[in-house]
Amino acid sequence: MTDTDVTTIPAARTAPTRAAPPAPARFGFWAWMRSDKRAAVSLAYLLLLVATAILAPYVAPYPPNEQNLLDLLMPPSEAHWLGTDDLGRDTLSRLMHGSYNALYAAFLAVGIGVTIGVPVGVFIGFVGGWVDELISRVIDGILAFPPLVLAVAVTGALGIGLTNAMIAVGFAFAPVIARTMRAQTLVVKNALYVEAAQGFGGSRAHLIVRHILPNAIQPVIVEVTLMLAVALLAEAGLSFLSLGVQPPESSWGGMLARAYHYVEVAPAQMFAPGLAILFTALAFNALGESIRVLLDPTIKRR
Amino acid sequence: MHGIAGMIARRLGQLVPVAIVATFVVFSLVFLMPGDPAIIIAGEYATPERIAEIRHLHGFDQPMLIQYVNWLWKVLHFDLGTSLYSSEEVARLIVDRLPHTILLVVYALILGAAVGIPLGILAATEQGSTLDKIITTTASLGVAIPNFWLGIILVTFFALTWRIFPATGATPFWQDPVEAIYYATLPAIALSTGVVAVLARQVRSALLEVLGSQYIRTLRAKGLSSGAILWKHGLRNVAATMLTITGLQVNRLFSSAVILEAVFAVPGVGSLISYSALNKDIPVVQGIALMLVIMVILTNLLVDVLNAILDPRVAAST
Repeated sequence: MTDTDVTTIPAARTAPTRAAPPAPARFGFWAWMRSDKRAAVSLAYLLLLVATAILAPYVAPYPPNEQNLLDLLMPPSEAHWLGTDDLGRDTLSRLMHGSYNALYAAFLAVGIGVTIGVPVGVFIGFVGGWVDELISRVIDGILAFPPLVLAVAVTGALGIGLTNAMIAVGFAFAPVIARTMRAQTLVVKNALYVEAAQGFGGSRAHLIVRHILPNAIQPVIVEVTLMLAVALLAEAGLSFLSLGVQPPESSWGGMLARAYHYVEVAPAQMFAPGLAILFTALAFNALGESIRVLLDPTIKRR
Repeated sequence: MHGIAGMIARRLGQLVPVAIVATFVVFSLVFLMPGDPAIIIAGEYATPERIAEIRHLHGFDQPMLIQYVNWLWKVLHFDLGTSLYSSEEVARLIVDRLPHTILLVVYALILGAAVGIPLGILAATEQGSTLDKIITTTASLGVAIPNFWLGIILVTFFALTWRIFPATGATPFWQDPVEAIYYATLPAIALSTGVVAVLARQVRSALLEVLGSQYIRTLRAKGLSSGAILWKHGLRNVAATMLTITGLQVNRLFSSAVILEAVFAVPGVGSLISYSALNKDIPVVQGIALMLVIMVILTNLLVDVLNAILDPRVAAST
């Protein structure tokens, strides 16, 4: 870990289009964390969440589906820190297990979006011509849909369930990523170092993988981090509508649906899952914004 | 006005490929379904003859492209098929329910613009102040908060505890506009948070950019008051940005409406599409998705036209 000050990186300050030669982003991780406290807190929170998701079966106080029919809809107590739901299941334990589904969903949807969007974007940006024209129109057509409407429709067709729902969300993400990637590829592909590599006889595949991709991907990294929050909210929403995670598996959105059903009896039950979704979405957003500033120091001055 | 008419014609031309792709996506939803659509429509216990009949009736035995053209032809004649569940006409269902959704979305858009734009202006003029920090922080909360959770909280406090607003339900606007707006208030507030947040942020940064530009500095040097600079020059230059961003929010609002209509039991197309998706009622899902995507495309066109009327240079340049 080198301790260089982030703000002194000789990065794209003079060339915001990033057509400049690949400036090796050798920043110090700790310097970044120190310069942006919000990002540091967010990253720590997300790492904790990942640990919770993995370790939930070992650290959760109760099994997530253990029903205790004598303790229905209990308020928070010493035995149940966050109370119990309508089947007497421990809310804290379900929340911890639900974090796995939340993270799995977010990364699956964004992963599908990247897997389709990045290659398509680079390809059409690189080859141009009628292929670019055609696929760009397809992208415009898919982008016209309200994303969640498209996700609900595709989930309805594929069949309900978390994985199908997230494939649907990923399908809605792909054109967004492809469009950003295409725009960046157009900027990078005419840069001198790409022409130089071409002059040295580099093949198309070599040009794309070695020179264009690494230099065009930066805005996509920011976009993808922000998309994790969108995917998380989509999972919660779709599970709330019973289109995502299926009972008895726990998900934050599903927990909210049950809590809403019994809101007059146990209003306290609706806070924990909602806050979990809010904090996680905030953390992804803060991290994304921080990476944006890190990659393009010109923004900070605005 | 010739410039604007020409611009509308060109825009409509550009919309044709978008509309073709969007309709094709809606059409091809049927092919995403696992299994034979004819069997799904005919029902599990249908005889092979009946299945074959339905396959032929719906044209499933023809090439995909022919099927698409046939489907599009029907759609253009407002024939969206019948619900597999209630055997009602899909077009009828949508016509009955769409007004509820439109009321919510328009209401939320007005609320969002009425709150978000002034907040953005305030934050930009007071840049760096505590007020600016409060507004920008609230805006980041606004994009991260799950709308439906906010809806649940609003119901709990404003409907169940204090009994100011009704918890769920809706009244058709043409029957009783006041009652309809009363019912739509809580869901519209929950729906508008994202719009408020996005508009506040974007208006703030757009205005800061304009206020920091060379000619504003010149005006300031000439002794123009900051009030006059803001109202006469600053806001005029961000008007188009505001309009464009507000228009783009329609897309987001339709998305959020799908969940919020379920929370507030609003009988709009949003609650119907999620209900139909649960029941694999694909014709209804297709019909609603189609209707909403067309409305988004038309909103974008409207925004372009308004922009062109506001600033004739736009019409000339596109």
